[in-house]
Amino acid sequence: MITIPYLTALTTYFSYGLLFAFGQFRDFFRKIFDWWHASNLEGYAPICLGLEDFYTRRLYLRIQDCFGRPIASAPDGWFDVVERYSNDNNKTLKRTDKISRCLNLGSYNYLGFAAADEYCTPRVIDSLCRFSASTCSTRVEGGTTTLHKELEECVANFVGKPAAVVFGMGYVTNSAILPVIIGKGGLIISDSLNHNSIVNGARGSGATIRVFQHNTPSHLEKVLREQIADGQPRTHRPWKKIIVVVEGIYSMEGELCKLPEIVAICKKYKAYVYLDEAHSIGAVGKTGRGVCELLGVDTADVDIMMGTFTKSFGSCGGYIAGSKELIQYLKYTCPAHLYATSISPPAAQQIISSIKVILGEDGSSRGAQKLARIRENSNFFRSELQKMGFEVLGDNDSPVMPIMLYNPAKIPAFSRECLKQNVAVVTVAFPATPLLLARARICISASHTKEDLLKALEVISQVGDMVGIKYFPAEPNKQQQDQQQQQPGKDTIKLD
Amino acid sequence: MLSEPPVLESAAGPHTIINGKEVVNFASANYLGFVGHDKLLESCTSALEKYGVGSCGPRGFYGTIDVHLDCEARIANFLGTHDSILYSYGLSTLFSAIPCFCKKGDIIVVDEGVHWGIQNGLYLSRSTIVYFKHNDMDSLEKTLEKITALNKRAKKLRRYIVVESVYQNSGQIAPLDKIIKLKEKYRFRVLLDETNSFGVLGRTGRGLTEYCGVPIEKIDIVTAAMGHALATEGGFCTGSARVIDHQRLSSSGYVFSASLPPYLASAAITAIDILQQNPDLTSKLKENIAILWKGLSDIRGLSIASNPESPIVFLVLEKSTGSMKSDLQLLEDIADRALKQESIFVMASKRSTLDKCPLPVGIRLFVSSAHSEFDLLKACESLKRVAAAMLR
Repeated sequence: MITIPYLTALTTYFSYGLLFAFGQFRDFFRKIFDWWHASNLEGYAPICLGLEDFYTRRLYLRIQDCFGRPIASAPDGWFDVVERYSNDNNKTLKRTDKISRCLNLGSYNYLGFAAADEYCTPRVIDSLCRFSASTCSTRVEGGTTTLHKELEECVANFVGKPAAVVFGMGYVTNSAILPVIIGKGGLIISDSLNHNSIVNGARGSGATIRVFQHNTPSHLEKVLREQIADGQPRTHRPWKKIIVVVEGIYSMEGELCKLPEIVAICKKYKAYVYLDEAHSIGAVGKTGRGVCELLGVDTADVDIMMGTFTKSFGSCGGYIAGSKELIQYLKYTCPAHLYATSISPPAAQQIISSIKVILGEDGSSRGAQKLARIRENSNFFRSELQKMGFEVLGDNDSPVMPIMLYNPAKIPAFSRECLKQNVAVVTVAFPATPLLLARARICISASHTKEDLLKALEVISQVGDMVGIKYFPAEPNKQQQDQQQQQPGKDTIKLD
Repeated sequence: MLSEPPVLESAAGPHTIINGKEVVNFASANYLGFVGHDKLLESCTSALEKYGVGSCGPRGFYGTIDVHLDCEARIANFLGTHDSILYSYGLSTLFSAIPCFCKKGDIIVVDEGVHWGIQNGLYLSRSTIVYFKHNDMDSLEKTLEKITALNKRAKKLRRYIVVESVYQNSGQIAPLDKIIKLKEKYRFRVLLDETNSFGVLGRTGRGLTEYCGVPIEKIDIVTAAMGHALATEGGFCTGSARVIDHQRLSSSGYVFSASLPPYLASAAITAIDILQQNPDLTSKLKENIAILWKGLSDIRGLSIASNPESPIVFLVLEKSTGSMKSDLQLLEDIADRALKQESIFVMASKRSTLDKCPLPVGIRLFVSSAHSEFDLLKACESLKRVAAAMLR
């Protein structure tokens, strides 16, 4: 939902055109150079075709030092970034032993469980000594321990569904579940900005896939009506099953999904709802139970709820929660359950302990404090950035806030300047976002204090002035400070 | 359908506790006995205290921790290749690596007994897939001949052969030297999955390439899951620099997913260190396999379908009962009885409805170097008794 000013669009296209032209030029010279030297792979086609890695070689490698920065400590509020240098113009980067302590605005550490925690870590080490780091076996063979059973009950309780099943990796959860619950003759309608794991799972299932405009329930209704009227392609028989796939918080936009309207439409047309709560579980809602709690949707209306434990719980893995029959069926047929090693026992214990802290069952109110803190931090940070004149996306209460950059040259400039002042940010460009809409993405955590946020705001404002990304006029500080943080006009901006 | 799997109450080592009773465990692929090893637990504990549990981000966005880089360098060093790349889940290693290099129109020749991870990767790559008979080199040669004869404009097409070193579904070992000869003759690239042979085969545990005497540079892409011999989770892929660098940007399971938890990466480094310092672990494992083979070779009603040197001992029914479902039911009853009455924990191999493998199901025993001779002999006797009772 972004309108890009014409001048910015023009300059962005021009920059990309220039980079492309340069790249083609250099490729041409490289071809001539290679023609002189024979290669020892006679008769084999090259393993990477020319155009496939054009983007990698000519555009990405120039700014490679902004991505994949190694760290040498836990990804907490402040962490140690390892410095790297390059001798050959960014083609290869070598590690040094020097580290710099930076403020972490990039890791998915919403509730602050990333570092060693006083309640969770002793229990995790305990279960490590008891069950060892891995069970070396699949869930249906020798890999189910008492911890796994406890974990599944805990998760089902927390999410508000009768039963749940847990896998060792969030990505595999999506890609291995969709082929099992829907096949040829079914229809999957997914949001246009869904995550790659959902796209992979949908492709692997063999069902027909249709896309609806991002977060627009009216377009979803239109697509549903058309598809139900048409039926299956070629035979025109009615669809065997229709599943609508949406996400709780979209990680590149920071927006919440319009769940109540979508659920109403699906009920009307008898389609199933599949909700992917990777970023929203544990981070939003009064007790951390995700978008359903925040938007007031009954969990019984959402048929399949999926989520991951990497973001708010500081562990790894993914889960699916649904009715008892669904989970029973998945346990017998899902390949990720039958063939993959079960989730590591210490990671399982971390999830159980962090859920206990969030619900307050450990006897303290740390969970409630964390939830309140992340909400306050996100709202404060977002409103301050908007006041300074940045173009910030996302809804209120969402801890993910992208700042628009647009121009490809501003991506490395923003990233490197912020790093020089000891603030670590994440910048995203093509192919994770559309070509013109590059952005910097900030993830707020409950372990950030007010001083950390003020320092971050100062640095970002300074760098923003230098780089020139304050696309909106800044508001005068003194008058606006007392007014409401909610500015409905700024939050919903339309994309063409 | 299936009943609930047995719930373990302790670590999945050579002996484990189920329902309060101690049983001998043959269902965990703990080949080198690293489950419960002191040094591993020590390195995991220090990693947990330093880094916490999760890594909270994908590799491109501050999810790269220095232990990941150390682990990748260690694996590449151990195997003698240029570089390696770590994945956070064993199953996703192959189904992310294959679509990276194979696109629509490429040709892939694959063994029909490969496991589901590879099948899914092939399906997602949308290339032309041709199967050859399980572990049959003549069938492979005929298939390669047919393909190169048909496709004269094969210069632009990439061609691959995908095999596993030790097949999960049957325990056979692939004859790598013959495959390399065929590969060079017909100009195909080889993709090898060394999940069950890394740390097991070969004099120092470097896998199938050492076992067959093939230099590792001849294999284009080698992948393995670390959940078996190394007793951690995750997987890795190794090969030449070009192969690995390409995966860092275009492999979906690497770019779009959170990285491996740091304590598991440090466990992998420690495991490789221990393996390099104690090469007698692999020889102990070989002895154990030989003892078990001898003991089970005369069991009535079941026959061994796997290679005598593979760490997976695969027992199939001599006479099938007609359908795979009833075979599976009978095998599960055998395994169940072995657990309840004889305290031997074995499992029948399961098949998902999405799996297209045509090989028969059977009972799978994973041999570990931590099993004592007494355990192995007890297992042989117990299985003979159960088989005699259930199969007439």
